[in-house]
Parts: sequence; structure tokens; C-alpha cells
Amino acid sequence: MELNVMQPDQLDDLIQGISLADYQVIGPMESNGAIAYEPIESADDLPRGIIDHQRPGKYALQKIQSSRFFGYTVSPFSWKKYLYPPVQTLFKAERNGQGIQLETDSHDVKYAFIGVRACELSAIKIQDKIFLGGDYVDLHYKERRENALIVAVECFNTCETCFCDSVGSGPEIPNGADIVLTEILESGEHYFLVRSETEAGQEILNQISLKDTENNHYLIKDAQLERVRAKLKRKVQTTGLKSKLLKNPDHPRWDEVAERCLACSNCTMVCPTCFCADVFDINDLDGNTKRERRWDSCFTSDFTYIHGGNIRHSVKSRYRQWLTHKFASWQDQFDSLGCVGCGRCITWCPPGIDITEELKALSIPPNQYKKGEINHV
Amino acid sequence: MQLGYNWLIYMDNDSNSIMAFNRHSPLIPGIFEVKSKSKETHDTWSIVLNNKEPCRVETFNPGQFNMLYAYGTGEIPISISGDCSNQKYIVHTIRDVGKVSHALCNLKSGDQVGVRGPFGTTWPMDQLKGKDVVIIGGGIGLAPIRPVIFHILENRDDYNRVAIAYGARAPEEMLYPTQIMDWRSHLDMQVRVTVDSASPKWHGQVGVVTTLIPRLNFNPDNTAALVCGPEIMIRFAVKELISNGINPDEIWVSMERNMKCGIGLSGHCQMGSMFVCKDGPVFNYMDVERYFRIKEL
Ligand SMILES: Cc1cc2nc3c(=O)[nH]c(=O)nc-3n(C[C@H](O)[C@H](O)[C@H](O)COP(=O)(O)OP(=O)(O)OC[C@H]3O[C@@H](n4cnc5c(N)ncnc54)[C@H](O)[C@@H]3O)c2cc1C
Ligand code: SF4
Ligand code: SF4
Ligand code: FES
Repeated sequence: MELNVMQPDQLDDLIQGISLADYQVIGPMESNGAIAYEPIESADDLPRGIIDHQRPGKYALQKIQSSRFFGYTVSPFSWKKYLYPPVQTLFKAERNGQGIQLETDSHDVKYAFIGVRACELSAIKIQDKIFLGGDYVDLHYKERRENALIVAVECFNTCETCFCDSVGSGPEIPNGADIVLTEILESGEHYFLVRSETEAGQEILNQISLKDTENNHYLIKDAQLERVRAKLKRKVQTTGLKSKLLKNPDHPRWDEVAERCLACSNCTMVCPTCFCADVFDINDLDGNTKRERRWDSCFTSDFTYIHGGNIRHSVKSRYRQWLTHKFASWQDQFDSLGCVGCGRCITWCPPGIDITEELKALSIPPNQYKKGEINHV
Repeated sequence: MQLGYNWLIYMDNDSNSIMAFNRHSPLIPGIFEVKSKSKETHDTWSIVLNNKEPCRVETFNPGQFNMLYAYGTGEIPISISGDCSNQKYIVHTIRDVGKVSHALCNLKSGDQVGVRGPFGTTWPMDQLKGKDVVIIGGGIGLAPIRPVIFHILENRDDYNRVAIAYGARAPEEMLYPTQIMDWRSHLDMQVRVTVDSASPKWHGQVGVVTTLIPRLNFNPDNTAALVCGPEIMIRFAVKELISNGINPDEIWVSMERNMKCGIGLSGHCQMGSMFVCKDGPVFNYMDVERYFRIKEL
């Protein structure tokens, strides 16, 4: 729908309006030296004037002289933790004699996410395909997802680890948001360009008195996006990548990266598209039990355990599984890449393994590849 | 909210293919009762289940499995081992090898268990029509393939020659010995059994199951083979079948992987691009042949 102008002090009106519409508002805030997506009460909770520095294996926040609300790029956490919680009770059970009685709760909180980046919205859409798009619908995900309101915010900056454009997930916001914001802070002016993309979004915006845009606003918005695009230096060459990965399970680079990888699972835990889970039965002293689903990682040693032992016992095979899944088998399974280029796995990898660099090396035919050819800095 | 008869709350109206045994969520089991139980070997039991609450039971077919939930212990994939023409009861044969299978083997009649399913692909009963059928089972692998034998016996005219080769570790580890005797008595079925090792009292064949293959009667140009057992046995059996002239795309195998959901959501069972739980467990060999060549996939 049409683009309007919103003043910075109206951002709080937007948040209050969403809250009055019965949503629990989740937004970015500074917490323990990182940006976290947590329940917020007003625009004052937003990380104003805070930017992030991300490099392979490094993350830091910095307070600068700026009134920008959304100056950081992406949080180490993703919205996934709300739609697909890290720990989720599937059901509680009680025993009566020989019988079993199951009980489950429905989830009645409606979430509103403020500050969803393009790559993050793309990640949500990828998870929609997994949890909602197949023969079996995950109703636990569905009830959270269907009620969620998404307020996307365009990027004005990149971090050193992200690469959305080359995997087609940004920097323009893909469809699927309810409201899209562009924060403009230039020539001494600070305002938001705002548009709704759904009825739910429009209803919220109707309560705020927005101004009309002028012609140059479109130019300013486009120019900001173009500057972001130009800054995205990191790339993945996706053409032909799938068959290169599938055809070369014994590429020498897998051995090299396996020497660096700690199999710590950080990459999978921060990734907004990873969906693997384990299930556990938690028993209490009264003999009652509950069944919990928890995020799992293909880097754990017993992930593939069957009676005789683990199928993927070497770190090499586990690293290969993760990267090949993201960039190759995911395409067979869900018709898209499993990566949106948010850069989290690069930033949060303790030894700083950079998947874009690994993919570059793995794209060299094994017989032409020289050890250490594409080297990490 | 108590789960029970108020199933509309969790029913998903837009999708007609979900919730096999369960009406609430495909991740929450329906409750079944152990109707009876019988001992197959020193560590293996068969249990017969029927559903406790009125819930939607979809039809199940040879090759499919259920996720069986033992209260407070866990949930594991177990194939349907009974006759699929009887859709009233579900039969499972379970070997006690660990935590959950132990709990399931220790159930008594009247005990309740959770069931999600039936999941996964089926043996290609229609494609086998008019062909010679070779069935290779190893160890507990006879259980997932037994429904095929029941089906063939009930629809004998649909199939040509039928040969069953079964290998167990030792004579006392053989599943369904009386039934095997019964199948043997059918003149139109070849049934051969071997064990890996045995005491002198055993008068049967000793050796791995693949050694039986050349001794089965079939016309390689019109034969389909079904293989179920440990992966290593599948590899050797497939090799032997191919060298006996069977077309690789006439071979079906049932694969085993760690499974935590059975419906493509937990990621655990991946084998290359396949989710063994929903793209399998029964695969045409040609669809997975490339994966057999990759170590630690
Ligand atoms: C499609 C399919 C059909 C099967 N059908 C049968 C059957 O008809 N009869 C039978 O006795 N067994 C069958 N199995 C094997 C059975 O699932 C395992 O023996 C069982 O999971 C072991 O669990 P446990 O808790 O007793 O053992 P533990 O060693 O304590 O295992 C711990 C966990 O590891 C996983 N796991 C361990 N072994 C396996 C395995 N072989 N396959 C998958 N996950 C495993 C499970 O999540 C299990 O809970 C089947 C497996 C698959 C994949
Ligand atoms: S693989 Fe890495 S860059 Fe890609 S979406 Fe996951 S965390 Fe982000
Ligand atoms: S974060 Fe890095 S070290 Fe840890 S498992 Fe992932 S790739 Fe390996
Ligand atoms: S068992 Fe969960 S994806 Fe196959």
C-alpha cells in the first residue's frame, strides 16, 4: 500500500498501537553486550545510537552519537526462538493405572516482531515451508506463526559477515511483512518511511496520523538500499553450487575445515533457518511426565546414533552434512537454499570459519584444488 | 486442556493428509492399548495394539512404521509387522536393544502406549504384480517385510514365483519359526533360512543370507526383490541380487536412520537429500544407490 512519512516520536505510537491490538511486542534491545529480541514496552527500550561490529569469530557493540533506532544489523538471536522455541513442551502426561492421560496447552500469545530484517523475513518464510508446507503441519509452529505481526525494517548498513543479495534474501524486504519501515537519517532530518502490506498492518497504521510522501522520498529510499547493496562485499556463487557440493563429498577442503571446526554447534544454534530437533521425556517425582522438543544440531556426536554407533562420527562428515544441507540438499527438499546470508554462523564461530570462503574453496574442482588455497584472514 | 474427545480444537482443517492416528497434532500420539503380547525370541516380543479413544485411524500398508511412545521413556520408530488386511489391530515386533525398546517389550496387556503413524513409504505391492518376488530379510528385518508375505498369501494369484531368504544370527534368534514352517508348506513358495552360527544340533544352512540368493528360483528378467535388514547386509544382498541378473531398479530396500519425529521435521533421519522417515523407509534402490557410495553420509 502507499508509502507515508512517520516522525521518530511516532514510533512509540506505533508500538503502543500494536500493543493495544493485543500483541506482545518483541523488539531489539541491548542486553549483556549484544542486541537481543525481547519483549519491549516502548520505543525507549530500542537500542538507539548503538551499532554492531561483526567479523568472523568477533562481535561487539558500540555506542555512537546518533539518534538512529535501528543502527545495528542483526542480533545473534533470531525470531525463530519465538515461532519455534528452543525448548517446547509438546504434551504433559499422567498415568492412571495402566492408562495414560495426555494434556496439552494451546498458545494464546500473539507476537508482534519489530525490526525484522530482510534476511530474517526470508528465514521465516523458509521455516514456513518446513513446518507448514509439507504433508505434516507442525501445529505448534502454526498457531504462533499465523498470529504473528511482522514489522520489517530495511537495512541501512551491512555487517562484515552478511551477504543477503548473493543468496537472494535481501536487501529489499521480501513480501510477507505486515508493515515495512525505512529509517532515514540524513541532511539533518530523521523520519521513517512506512507502508503496510496487509490489512492487519493497515489497521495499526490507521491509528497514527502519517504524512504524505514527497517525490524525492522514493529516491532517498532507493538510494539507501543501493548503498547497502554496494557495501555487500561477501558473496556466494550459487550457480552450479548444488551439483558441485553433491558431487564432491570427498573434496580435500572438507578435511581442512574439519581441522578447524570444534563441532561446538554454535553455527546451527544461531542460524535462523536450522530446524533440527530432539525430544526428551522429563519425569517428576510424582510420576508425571512431559515431552519436550528442543533444538538439536547435526554437529552433536549422537545425532545420527543407531544401535551400532553414530553414522557421522567424524567432524568432517558433520561439517559436510551442515554445509551440504544448507546449500545443496535443502534445494531438493524445500526448493530454496537453506541460507539467507545473515552472517550469524560466521560471526559466532569461535575459530571464525567463514562459510562463503569454504564454499569458494569447495567450488574449485578437487583435482585442481591446492591445500590452503583460499585462506582465511 | 485435556486431550480426549474435544478434537476440533487442534484439528487442522485445511490439510487432509495429516494426523494419522492423532487428531491434535502430528507430534502428539494417540493412545492405544496392548491387547496381547507374545514372545518371539529371548529378546524380541510382538505386541498387538488397538486404539483406546475413538480417533482417526488411517489405513496402513506393508513397509510403514509407527512412532511408539513408552510413557516417560521415549518414542521410537517400529515397523508394522502384522497383516495389513486387518486394519482393526496393529501388530509390532520389537527387539529389546535399549531404553525405549526395553520399555515397550515390558508392556503388559492392558497397558497403554502412544502411537503416531502410520508413516513412511510402502513396499511396492502393485508394481510387484505379475513378477517373481524375492524377499530377503536379515534378523529383525523380517518383521517389516512380513506384511508383504501376508499380502502375497492373500493375493497369491497376483504374483508369480515367490522366494523368501531369511538369515538370523543363530537358530534361537529366528523370528516367527512356526510361521516360517507354515510358509514352507505352501508348494508355491520357496523359503530358505540360514544362520550365522549354530550348535551341531542345527541341521539347517549356516552362512550369511546372501549365500542363499543363487539357490533361489526366479527368472531374473521378471523379478523384483525386497531387502530389509542391517545396512551392511543390504549392501551385500543388493550386490548379490544384481550379480544374479536382477535389474537394479527392480530392487527395493528399507533403510534405517535415527528418527525423532517420523514426519520430516526433526532433521535426524537425513541421508543426502532424503528424509528416510517420509521419503522412505522403503526406497527403490536406484534412488539411494548414490548414497551407498558415500562414507558417513
Ligand atoms: C523405519 C524404522 C523401522 C524400524 N522397525 C523396527 C521394528 O519393527 N522392530 C524393531 O525391533 N526395531 C525397529 N527399528 C529399530 C528401532 O527403532 C531401534 O531399535 C530403537 O530406536 C532403539 O531405541 P532404544 O531407545 O531402545 O535404544 P537406545 O540404544 O537406547 O537408543 C537411543 C535412541 O537412539 C535412537 N535409535 C537407536 N537405534 C535406532 C535405530 N536402529 N533406528 C532408529 N533410531 C534409533 C532412538 O531415537 C532411540 O530412542 C526400526 C527403525 C526404523 C528407523
Ligand atoms: S547458514 Fe549462516 S549465514 Fe546462512 S542463514 Fe544460517 S546463520 Fe545465516
Ligand atoms: S560454529 Fe564453527 S566451530 Fe562451531 S560447529 Fe559451527 S563451524 Fe564448527
Ligand atoms: S525422523 Fe524427523 S525428519 Fe525424519
